[in-house]
Amino acid sequence: MSSSTTNTTTIGTIGAPSRRNTELAMLVFAVLIPVFAYINVGLAKDGSVPAGVLGYSLGLGLLAAVAHLVVRKWAPYADPLMLPISTLLNGLGLIFIWRLDQEHSLGKAMAPNQLMWSTFGVALFLGILIFLKDHRVLQRYTYISMVVALVLLVAPVFFPGVNGAKIWITIPGLGSLQPGEFAKIIIAIFFAGYLMVKRDALALASRRFMGLYLPRGRDLGPILVIWALSLMILVFETDLGTSLLFFGLFVVMLYVATERTSWIVFGLLLSAGGAVAVATFESHVQIRVHNWLNPLELSNGGVTETAQAMYSFGSGGILGSGLGQGYSRLIQGIAPKSDYILATVGEEVGLAGLMAILLLYGLLIERGIRTALAARDPFGKLLAIGLSGAFALQVFVVAGGVTGLIPLTGMTMPFLAQGGSSVIANWALVAILLRISDTARRPAPAPAPSTDAEMTQVVRP
Amino acid sequence: MSELTLTVMRLGFLAVLWLFVIVAVQVIRSDLFGTRVTQRGAARRGGQEARAQRQAAAPPPQQRRQEGGRGNNRQRRGAPTKLVVSEGSLTGTTVALQGQTISLGRAHDSTIVLDDDYASSRHARIYPDRDGQWIVEDLGSTNGTYLDRTRLTTPTPIPLGAPIRIGKTVIELRK
Repeated sequence: MSSSTTNTTTIGTIGAPSRRNTELAMLVFAVLIPVFAYINVGLAKDGSVPAGVLGYSLGLGLLAAVAHLVVRKWAPYADPLMLPISTLLNGLGLIFIWRLDQEHSLGKAMAPNQLMWSTFGVALFLGILIFLKDHRVLQRYTYISMVVALVLLVAPVFFPGVNGAKIWITIPGLGSLQPGEFAKIIIAIFFAGYLMVKRDALALASRRFMGLYLPRGRDLGPILVIWALSLMILVFETDLGTSLLFFGLFVVMLYVATERTSWIVFGLLLSAGGAVAVATFESHVQIRVHNWLNPLELSNGGVTETAQAMYSFGSGGILGSGLGQGYSRLIQGIAPKSDYILATVGEEVGLAGLMAILLLYGLLIERGIRTALAARDPFGKLLAIGLSGAFALQVFVVAGGVTGLIPLTGMTMPFLAQGGSSVIANWALVAILLRISDTARRPAPAPAPSTDAEMTQVVRP
Repeated sequence: MSELTLTVMRLGFLAVLWLFVIVAVQVIRSDLFGTRVTQRGAARRGGQEARAQRQAAAPPPQQRRQEGGRGNNRQRRGAPTKLVVSEGSLTGTTVALQGQTISLGRAHDSTIVLDDDYASSRHARIYPDRDGQWIVEDLGSTNGTYLDRTRLTTPTPIPLGAPIRIGKTVIELRK
């Protein structure tokens, strides 16, 4: 086909079967891999199978089984891969956190807590599947979600920062919460509802200039507002990751809604300009960029965290050092179990394993975008794109930061990294995607009995 | 623990991880049958030639298999198997006819969502009657549904290949 026919395909569904048995088989597989990894870590660290292996595998298996049964009952036509991939990533995350817990120099054990948060996450997942019968209900809450998301994004400003970034809400006695993780789902709902209504105005009213469709000045309003907000997050919360995620998500959804490349150009220009402007006066951002450009510079008696992460990737090589046999305890960073967990993964399972895990993320995102393609209503399409786009951006921002592609930002790897808010929010995200995919893949209802046939029925005396 | 066991486990873990990825990709591959991708551009430009060729040649094996496998829902010989949009913004879209009612209109829950200023939100529907004959019915639309040149007033059987016009969109039933 010549290039002129790109973008001219139509994808129509022909009643697909439910694929629940495929999901069950994949789910069993997804539970067995972390159990295998758990035994492997135990054997490598202590020379014996860890004592908790039975309880752990039963626990993870039980969670997966309950989740599967609920999906079978309440979302029978949902995508067969999202649940197994999420379970596998969450299970592997638990193993890596438990493995880092074995290094006593890295602080107190966090795996039990993470298991508890994962359970809450799965519970929320189940709750959403059971009570959210139709994702279009969310459309009613377009502007309420805007307000809620803004409150969630702004709230951390009033709480003390942790390690230089103000992304936490601390409730004394209860623990802390990262509202940005939940805000990304809620803001996706707002963008989807807003853009569905406004996309014609944004797409059609434009002037052509140098091969680009330039939007009218007044239509630039929303993107400028969002841009200003994301810059304010950057300035007041000094959080590069949330700011990037927030603005990137808007540009992605704007592009999908309007099919105008000019929005992407505008978005990139605005974000680059904004980042440079903020970096000139914000010291926290300056330090991050400086560490990114000069990772080997000595500070605090050692090289930067970026360089330490690179050392661990290098020490892992192609095939890795083996689970439990790496030297992650040498990473003296602030967060080896959350932000830097990818360094441990890279060291212990090597490039081969890291690529497999990144592919798993890629597959999960692909299923989300596939759901958006298959969805029949514009709101569902935009929401699915928004949620998978947010997920993709987050993976990119974290993986790019740890591997040294972009300056490091304080975000967590979805499912893999330690962090309660993150794991709960991501399970909720997967639940909404599953709900949309169930609606999208459900075969058309059986033909309604023809009303005309009834009217012309012969009535016998 | 011996070095050998750990090496075997290390490589085994990578193998299992990649096996999962490969199986997942296979699941996606087998999932593709649920959708049909139609080239719109090809249908529009080489439409006439392609149609002539298709009529000359035997029906493609895929389609024959589909018909054979339909079992008890088997349709009459000569009955249409798909609905094709031949003009308008959705040109090239096909919907397999499997005894379901097809609704047309601008409403988001329509089977074919028409992006057409002249279409009503619930414009028309196409359904099989008890003999398997496909019927088109106008659902009280503002601008009307036309079969060939005549505006529909009652549910009307659709001859094979007859154009049904809704606004700028033209659809027809094909074998």
